[in-house]
Amino acid sequence: MGSSTINVTLKVWRQKNAETKGEFETYPINNVSTDMSFLEALDTVNEQLLQQGKEPIAFDHDCREGICGMCGAMVDGIAHGPDKAVTLCQTHMRSFHNGDTIVVEPWRAKAFPIIKDLVTDRSAFDKIIASGGYVSVSTGGVPDANAILIPKKDADLAMDAAACIGCGACVASCPNASAMLFVSAKISHLSHLPQGQVERKERAKRMIQTMDDLGFGNCSNHRECEAVCPKEIKLENIATMNREFASSLF
Amino acid sequence: MIDAKIPSGPIAEKWSTHKFESKLVNPANRRKFTVIVVGTGLAGSSASATLAEMGYKVKTFCFQDSPRRAHSIAAQGGINAAKNYRNDGDSVYRLFYDTIKGGDYRAREANVHRLAEVSVNIIDQCVAQGVPFAREYGGMLDNRSFGGAQVSRTFYARGQTGQQLLLGAYSALERQIGAGTIEMHPRTEMLDLVVVNGKARGIITRNLVTGKIERHVADAVLLATGGYGNAFFLSTNAKGCNVTASWRAHKKGAWMANPCFTQIHPTCIPVHGDIQSKLTLMSEGLRNDGRVWVPKAIGDKRKPNDIPESERDYYLERRYPSFGNLVPRDVASRAAKAVCDEGRGVGESGLAVYLDFADAIKRLGKEKIAEKYGNLFDMYRQIAGENPYEVPMRIFPAVHYTMGGLWVDYNLMSTVPGLFVLGEANFSDHGANRLGASALMQGLADGYFVIPYTLGGYIGGTVFDAVTTDHPAFAEAEANVRSMTDKLLSIKGKRTVDSFHKELGKILWNNCGMARNKQGLTESLQRIPELRAEFWENVIVTGSGDELNQTLEKAGRVADFLEFAEVMVNDALTREESCGGHFREEHQTEENEAKRDDENFSHVAMWEYNGPDKKETLHKEQLVFENVKLTQRSYK
Repeated sequence: MGSSTINVTLKVWRQKNAETKGEFETYPINNVSTDMSFLEALDTVNEQLLQQGKEPIAFDHDCREGICGMCGAMVDGIAHGPDKAVTLCQTHMRSFHNGDTIVVEPWRAKAFPIIKDLVTDRSAFDKIIASGGYVSVSTGGVPDANAILIPKKDADLAMDAAACIGCGACVASCPNASAMLFVSAKISHLSHLPQGQVERKERAKRMIQTMDDLGFGNCSNHRECEAVCPKEIKLENIATMNREFASSLF
Repeated sequence: MIDAKIPSGPIAEKWSTHKFESKLVNPANRRKFTVIVVGTGLAGSSASATLAEMGYKVKTFCFQDSPRRAHSIAAQGGINAAKNYRNDGDSVYRLFYDTIKGGDYRAREANVHRLAEVSVNIIDQCVAQGVPFAREYGGMLDNRSFGGAQVSRTFYARGQTGQQLLLGAYSALERQIGAGTIEMHPRTEMLDLVVVNGKARGIITRNLVTGKIERHVADAVLLATGGYGNAFFLSTNAKGCNVTASWRAHKKGAWMANPCFTQIHPTCIPVHGDIQSKLTLMSEGLRNDGRVWVPKAIGDKRKPNDIPESERDYYLERRYPSFGNLVPRDVASRAAKAVCDEGRGVGESGLAVYLDFADAIKRLGKEKIAEKYGNLFDMYRQIAGENPYEVPMRIFPAVHYTMGGLWVDYNLMSTVPGLFVLGEANFSDHGANRLGASALMQGLADGYFVIPYTLGGYIGGTVFDAVTTDHPAFAEAEANVRSMTDKLLSIKGKRTVDSFHKELGKILWNNCGMARNKQGLTESLQRIPELRAEFWENVIVTGSGDELNQTLEKAGRVADFLEFAEVMVNDALTREESCGGHFREEHQTEENEAKRDDENFSHVAMWEYNGPDKKETLHKEQLVFENVKLTQRSYK
């Protein structure tokens, strides 16, 4: 396993609330086990701060196994840190070196206002889903599950897109703070399935309208979103979404 | 004498009869009734969406920033349903039977049969929502065999079944939010239940962003707030999972049932150090292809691939030839503990066993294994820093699920009228051990297909007093919440919340974990109140109550765990038998298997709160088995 310890310095964005101006604070931590997760390193800093009677760093997290989508921060300018295809909670200290200074900042996007320190408000994502990210089916009275045949290829493509965890890294890493990867993943998931056909035009129109209304930017093909996505959601989804949107106009 | 309201008649007709006999609420009248749902996992989201679709006014609460984050999302393996699509002998009755047997005969027959009945509707519902279940080339749904079942009844969406089912329920929930029928309160924590004239009529919440304490009135309150596994500090649960909503309802009169029934999952990534914050599950599905072994010799420190076949002990295959690596979770966990106790454990700590895929890779090829388990292998590599395609995984049991919870009757109603409890938060369906792929099934069964009927039965049959948030019961509950917050903030002690939580976790893991005995449990009953007293004198909670304050949130939850733990241990001490996940060392067979005492313990233990620091009163619901014959579970 080859675990060892390193000394690093965390430079963390501290901001009391949305109204207050924030600034970086520096926290050296020594003898960090390289098997420790990044969030456990933040835990370590927080335990030290509490011992000194100081306010710990606020950060969102929950499952700590890379699936709930609650955690996330910019680490040295990269959403979820240096490792590819993982969330921040699955980033481990073995990805850093002894003596590193690591800069930690919250997601920065107009549509994700900062609540405190590294915690941001991503409720805009829920609003987009509420505007059309579903199949309009109520409980009960549905056909037998095997009455709807779905080619394996389509089911797999739908699943690829449905794997999105809604963490917001795509928005945070986009120079335009665009939510296109997130929105397109949902549109693409449902448009690959027969269940999603009935509402596909309306869905695309409404979700894209909501996305624009909430202050997310446009896509100008920087591809940063795809590069940082912890679930490797593909850029092709945006092409699919654009097609869906175009066809919704006719 | 407590009445579980089990309908009369043959087991297969109870639910249909009950649905017919339950009162209905006229569609036009439903909008006059407000229902509070706390928690947005599978049970809470599905209940919220369904009730809103029916026309009730729904107010839904979760502590996460979005309802989509609830911990159901982390379930990997799959969801059971008695569809018998494989033509391999499955049926509603077999799923019922397996669940009762798997739970070591400590669950209520009628509830379990209903669960098996509605399991088939769940899959239909989820497919209609667009849940991308795995498919075969002909377009039909694929199935796998899972967690000790001898039929293939588990539906799955890669290794992310919980995620996809939750996103399905979440999309139904969001659809209703968009339609204005659900008022959603994310980042809001329930801190008390309000009981007016003996009925649950509302809750007190804290807005976690602004700190604002608020009152919410309703005609019924549904708790879908998950299990209490985090009492152990280290578990596979999300960090935020807690017992607070259940515990505070308990203090308002809801009895707690079988709190000592905790599931220790056999396949988790082992603990690596003191700072570790949580444990990660490796889906049990891996046991379909992975073989579990340890070296035959004590203290064999060779690398796994250097240990020849003849010097390996595939102990599950040896001890349980007919089920082999697929024995139920409690059996697999205890067997792992046994070999580690013998000094044959592997890894730095000696607290791990191997889960080896070499044979499966030889048989099926690396590609096929990657297709089946790729995401799990990647996750393992990321956490453990080793490549499981080349060296066996190291795994060890960890706290995963809690079968105990608030007591509910057949209608999912607790001992407080109007307070319903759904999903993992209730005790009802899994007895002393839950089978794999049954948690998702129960959460969605309760939310989509049970509560819509039983809540209607309650509302339709009840005369409600006009109650507003000005009622003195609201003021009193709010004052309780405020005084607890103020107290926590005023202590300004020297020990962090986590340090208390970790110490409690160690006490429970060592004495109320995979094996329990009288001495350890008795000592814990002494130690827990001492730790609780120290907590209230020496805990550090910085900041204020009027802002986002994660330390304050944690402190409230740990304060509740410190009280709850005592009931859990007391329950374990009182249950003088072994059954399922509850293994009392004093009660085992000659072959070290769990030895039940059906004569004296074929009951649900229900605990009633009597006030701070007072001993709780034990009540019993006798379990009646009319259909299944109680036998010693054998997986040999």
